[in-house]
Amino acid sequence: MPATYEPIASYTAPSAQNSYTFTSIPGTYTDLKMVVNGSFNSEDYVCLQFNSDTGSNYSETPIVGNGSTVSSGRAANRAFIFTQAVAGSGVRFMVQSNFMNYSNSTTYKTVLSRTDCASRDVTASAGLWRSTSAITSIKVYGLVGNNFETGSTFTIYGIKAA
Amino acid sequence: MILPGILASQISGHLGGDFESISTVTVGSGGSSTITFSSIPSTYKHLQIRGFAQCNRATYGTDDLNVRFNSDTGSNYAWHRLYGTGTAAEAGAFPNSNIMQIIAGTGTGNGNTFAATVIDILDYANTSKNKTMRTLSGDDLNGTVAGYGGYAAMSSGVWFSTAAISTITIVVNTGASFNQHTSFALYGIKE
Repeated sequence: MPATYEPIASYTAPSAQNSYTFTSIPGTYTDLKMVVNGSFNSEDYVCLQFNSDTGSNYSETPIVGNGSTVSSGRAANRAFIFTQAVAGSGVRFMVQSNFMNYSNSTTYKTVLSRTDCASRDVTASAGLWRSTSAITSIKVYGLVGNNFETGSTFTIYGIKAA
Repeated sequence: MILPGILASQISGHLGGDFESISTVTVGSGGSSTITFSSIPSTYKHLQIRGFAQCNRATYGTDDLNVRFNSDTGSNYAWHRLYGTGTAAEAGAFPNSNIMQIIAGTGTGNGNTFAATVIDILDYANTSKNKTMRTLSGDDLNGTVAGYGGYAAMSSGVWFSTAAISTITIVVNTGASFNQHTSFALYGIKE
């Protein structure tokens, strides 16, 4: 029986790479929590896809503050969830995403994210994957095709309710 | 930020009980008007509630939820929020309130979509401090439904009481009910 808050997988990029995919995620938890702490070798955007779904089944609503303005937007029918983490070359950022009821086979999947890039902005966002499938894999990648730098870390935790 | 001492390298281990599940409320097919956590033990340092909610109002995108501690209905709360509507960023301040409010319920018209929330309640059992609540919440509706879209929200609240929190109630602000599959899980975090 899994513990209440348990690390499932952790990966540190040994070299520059565009993406990392968490695979074979067990369905035995209630929620997942993902933490990505990294940097890109050139400006890019941290995006998510689930279960190899590249269809237009994703959307998100963010709020973004950049030190001088605060704004909100909306994106629908996209092929990815944009976590709102945008960073230039060598700039560190952190993404924390909560995948709520990720293994529920009746509901769509809601993702709450906080991103922090101290030299650029801070954001909160609600994302949606319009699928009732349990999440078994999560791909984290740079949208434009640039690479996470060596040493970027990707960690996922399982949270089990009583 | 609450850090329960997670070591990412221990991929085959567990945390030894620093973050424990206390209770879970899952709404059945008949729906429910109230989510209640009662008889909360005072043995933890902080609490966290993780919620996943849909409300039975068919024509609205997103609902506000009201939170109270220890059944206190007096004007003993204050709260702030910052949220994105998908078209604008807005904020509000609510002193002398009889509730703390979060944006965390999706209307039925959105099918299988549920709002999500993570609520942190700090030092909940400390009898020398007022109680602070911090929330990340929201939903996305893939555009708009009946003219209503999703939200991304952060809020903070205070309960002006030094009593230990033993009961937490969550209701839909409009009086609507929670739909089946709505669930709220209460966790305790040890010092």
